[in-house]
Amino acid sequence: MTILFVITGLLLLVSFIANRQKTLEGLRKGARQFLKLLPTLLTVIILLSVALFFTPEKMLLKYFGDQAGALGYVMAAVVGSIALIPGFISYPLAGMLLESGVSYGILALFITTLKMVGTLTIPVEAKYFGMKVTLIRNGLSFLGAMVIGVIMAIIFSLT
Amino acid sequence: MNRQLRKYKFDLPVILLFAIFIGVSYIVDFAAGEELFQTTFWRFLKEMLLILPCMFILIGLFDVWIPKEKIEKHVGKGSGMKGMGLMILLAVIQPGSLYVAFPFAHLLWKKGTSLRNIFIYVGMFSAAKIPMLTFEIGFLGLKFSALRLILTIPVFILIAILLERRLRNTSYQITAPE
Repeated sequence: MTILFVITGLLLLVSFIANRQKTLEGLRKGARQFLKLLPTLLTVIILLSVALFFTPEKMLLKYFGDQAGALGYVMAAVVGSIALIPGFISYPLAGMLLESGVSYGILALFITTLKMVGTLTIPVEAKYFGMKVTLIRNGLSFLGAMVIGVIMAIIFSLT
Repeated sequence: MNRQLRKYKFDLPVILLFAIFIGVSYIVDFAAGEELFQTTFWRFLKEMLLILPCMFILIGLFDVWIPKEKIEKHVGKGSGMKGMGLMILLAVIQPGSLYVAFPFAHLLWKKGTSLRNIFIYVGMFSAAKIPMLTFEIGFLGLKFSALRLILTIPVFILIAILLERRLRNTSYQITAPE
């Protein structure tokens, strides 16, 4: 995060020294886009917070755990596709699940679908790519995530 | 004004309802509402308000300084393997959640990046950013992350090729929110 601030600040400074007019034009362009996107982004993070709030970790543990069997794989893919859990929560959670005996295969499906399919970011993506292309892209990503997850599950069960 | 508001006909009710819910939660001291606001929502909001302004400053500067010909030459149509490599590199070093990728994708497209490279960029941005990978290795191990990365790159290249092929002879455009 600090690196981002430093880089942005430095580039802004250099740009300002090089050409004041151009810099102001760039800032105006950026600000306009930011403000236009803000309502949709706020909506996405509100939906995200509410969804996360209603998905307690114990519930995931029950669905993915040893007793879950084949259903565990299905649940991992479904939850991973719908949810959008940021890394600072999903990785510690995955680490915890691993320690409590959830298999690498289930975690692979969970993490790949989680990262590659963004159901909750569809409203933002559709503003840029259009709804149709957004749905096709996420659909293809879902298939891709399943393939990756299954291959990883097989490799981990063999070794 | 009315036309402006209509574009957010889904967003504004959600924001309003949430604001009322949180406001009431604080007034009547409803613990779950307060917790929802203080833990998850606040964390997302902070990330959004810290990272996004930087990103949009960078997007604005990029827009006025980098000439179209440069972008077209390196990651435009016919840029081949090198173009793909550059897009993957750009995607994995950027911080922030996936929604940061779309405004960048729009700018890159406007400057002449090929559709295939745009979809590779967005895909890799969603799946394999370096700041996140270091975190992943810590919790799930190097083997897990390396395997995932090796399998992910060809999958997204394939998806991008499929999407480009489907859109090639259409008037498809990436738009910015108006």
